[in-house]
Amino acid sequence: MHTQREGQPYLADHFGSLESQIDASRLGMWMFLGTEVLLFGPLFTAYALYRFLYPAAFQAASHHLDIAYGTINTLILITSSLTVAMAVHFAKVGKNKRVVAMIVLSLLAGFAFLGIKSVEYAHKFHEGALPGKYYALEAVKEPGASLFFAIYFLATGVHALHVIIGMSVLVWIGWRAARNTISPEYYVPVELGGMYWHLVDLIWIFLYPLLYLI
Amino acid sequence: MNQFVASNHEILEVNYLNEERGIMSWLLTKDHKRIGLMFLGATIFFFFLGGVYALLLRLELLTPGPTIMDALSYNRAFTLHGVIMVFLFMIVAIPSAFGNFLIPIMIGAKDVAFPRLNLLSFYIYVVGALLALWGMIQGGADTGWTFYAPYSSITPTKVIPILLGIFIVGFSSIATGLNFIVSIHTLRAPGLKWMNLPLFVWAIYSTSIIQVLATPVLGLLMVLVMVEHAFGFGIFDPARGGDPVMFQHLFWFYSHPAVYIMILPAMGVISETIAATARRKVFGYKMIAWSSLGIALVGFFAWGHHLFVSGQSTLTAGIYSVLSMLVGVFTAIKVFNWVGTLYRGAVKFTTPFAYICGFLFFLVFGGMTGVAVAAISLDVHWHDTYFVVAHFHFIMVGAVLMGFLAALHYWFPKMFGRKYPEGWGLVSAVLIILGFNATFIPQFLLGNMGMPRRYFQYPEQFQALHVASTAGASLIAFGFIIIAIYLIISLKYGKLVDGNPWNARGFEWMTSSPPPKHNFHHDPEFPETPYDYHLPEAKHAHAA
Repeated sequence: MHTQREGQPYLADHFGSLESQIDASRLGMWMFLGTEVLLFGPLFTAYALYRFLYPAAFQAASHHLDIAYGTINTLILITSSLTVAMAVHFAKVGKNKRVVAMIVLSLLAGFAFLGIKSVEYAHKFHEGALPGKYYALEAVKEPGASLFFAIYFLATGVHALHVIIGMSVLVWIGWRAARNTISPEYYVPVELGGMYWHLVDLIWIFLYPLLYLI
Repeated sequence: MNQFVASNHEILEVNYLNEERGIMSWLLTKDHKRIGLMFLGATIFFFFLGGVYALLLRLELLTPGPTIMDALSYNRAFTLHGVIMVFLFMIVAIPSAFGNFLIPIMIGAKDVAFPRLNLLSFYIYVVGALLALWGMIQGGADTGWTFYAPYSSITPTKVIPILLGIFIVGFSSIATGLNFIVSIHTLRAPGLKWMNLPLFVWAIYSTSIIQVLATPVLGLLMVLVMVEHAFGFGIFDPARGGDPVMFQHLFWFYSHPAVYIMILPAMGVISETIAATARRKVFGYKMIAWSSLGIALVGFFAWGHHLFVSGQSTLTAGIYSVLSMLVGVFTAIKVFNWVGTLYRGAVKFTTPFAYICGFLFFLVFGGMTGVAVAAISLDVHWHDTYFVVAHFHFIMVGAVLMGFLAALHYWFPKMFGRKYPEGWGLVSAVLIILGFNATFIPQFLLGNMGMPRRYFQYPEQFQALHVASTAGASLIAFGFIIIAIYLIISLKYGKLVDGNPWNARGFEWMTSSPPPKHNFHHDPEFPETPYDYHLPEAKHAHAA
């Protein structure tokens, strides 16, 4: 940590005021979230291009996915976004114990999401939906179907990795709340960690209809 | 009060270099100046390595047949030359090294907004670079630095560690860019307005925008190629319905703006040094500042000019062609303003000025040929020939390297409080500039005659020009050896300078050289402009 000024435990040495320090953190986080969206850019581009080239295969492959898994996972993630938003609220009003409780609930949701995802993955492996040279799915044989599953596994895989990173961030802010190193005066770590979780949720909100619904 | 530190006693007592000692005080430092220096050291190491590969390539091309290596080694050598120079040297060199050192001082801050992230960025770079290096030792890749699919997904060489290394280094680029943008927005000294910022800050700001927005796309693309190579998912494989042209689009979506990640900071360096050498306010400050942002913006929509022969529609190609030429307009705005700054200035012929001249020449020459290759019909003839190689070396090596060397010499006293020997500086500058012309002007001619790039052998009638090119490359190498020797000696034995050896008005000279740990001895009071040369000795009297 930086040397702390008298009576300003959260203020880093190189900032003039806590306000501008918090501004800087927020701006940094928003930009970082922008880079995360762009990270998924190539996958959405690939989806758009191959959907255009192989509409029939993409439709058939999309219908082959189990909509129940996708829908339940969507509900779980949206609920977790609510609990994370509650955590931010409780941090703002200084109820750190409730922050911890909300973070624990969100983490449980994260585990549930990953659990369902792995069941779904196992199922897909089993029926031969792995793309490229492994592709052996009898049910969807249109040319280009393998590309759908390539994008499916890559996009949901990269997303799952983000869920894991997001859960690690939640653990960290839960830990800070438990140790009372946040306060209504300075709860920006909870706010920013929460923003990251919402982004993870938001990316799924785009993946879900593209992969499962249309 | 005199804002420009004149006397040097403060310097030798305590500064950022000696306030803390020991290797750990460097490895764990959060001081942007030390991190900048570590970046500088690391990038110079990789520049040396990339240069060795360049010399090996030129030696191989001395004769039409095999000279010192076989075809596969040649393919690996040009790949590694490109990968090292682009990803490990040029993209990092000016922003992460000089940007880190100077941006906080120029905006009157004690540090960047996120000092720990800054240190992390350095280690991310080191890890990625070492991984790429390990891949090179394991056998390297033979795909060219562009990693075009589908070949990159089937080559038997070790592409995965190199791709992973580039992927990791990308996060360093993002972190540093993000840090600069946030710092410039939130840490400017009270009263320092955007339109009073040094132009180097504007250039780095524009660069950072590109780094933050474009790099993630390259990152994921590298992941896709790795997955393709490891598992054969078929995303870029036509045999499985994939489209290799999509790779090219995604690759150049990053890699074309990446050219501006390299050149914009060099342009910023030129704006600073040109004002100090001409002792005049930069002519057309606003035009230069806005044209940096213009290049950053238009640069994002010009990537298609790399795909003129890859099956684009004529309309698309035409749009990309016009947008690419627009970059030339923004660049020309800068060039005219720089020349306008020099006009009737009190120019002193120093080493930085020699590099400024080199920069202007290479930028104009490289830029004009850039507009030429942006014309679709001409590009079809020149595509993948030495003409294109010579064009982008004029910009990426010629101009960027001139900017880098100008920065190195101009800010060397700022960083270390000592000066390099001016005479040797000029000798090496002349050697490098002449050598550079001798290396690449023959390549324009070769390309126009049809010599394709990346070829191991060539017909005998091309030999004379190839020999000229190799001779030029050895002149460049010779120049760099001289620089390396005198800079290393100057680190310890260089003439001690006072706080402001160039008598410049840039904000970074308002503190001692080298600066103290927190950059300023007292809270700085910023003048209206960093280029206030109008009243040379009155307001900013330079008492020795």
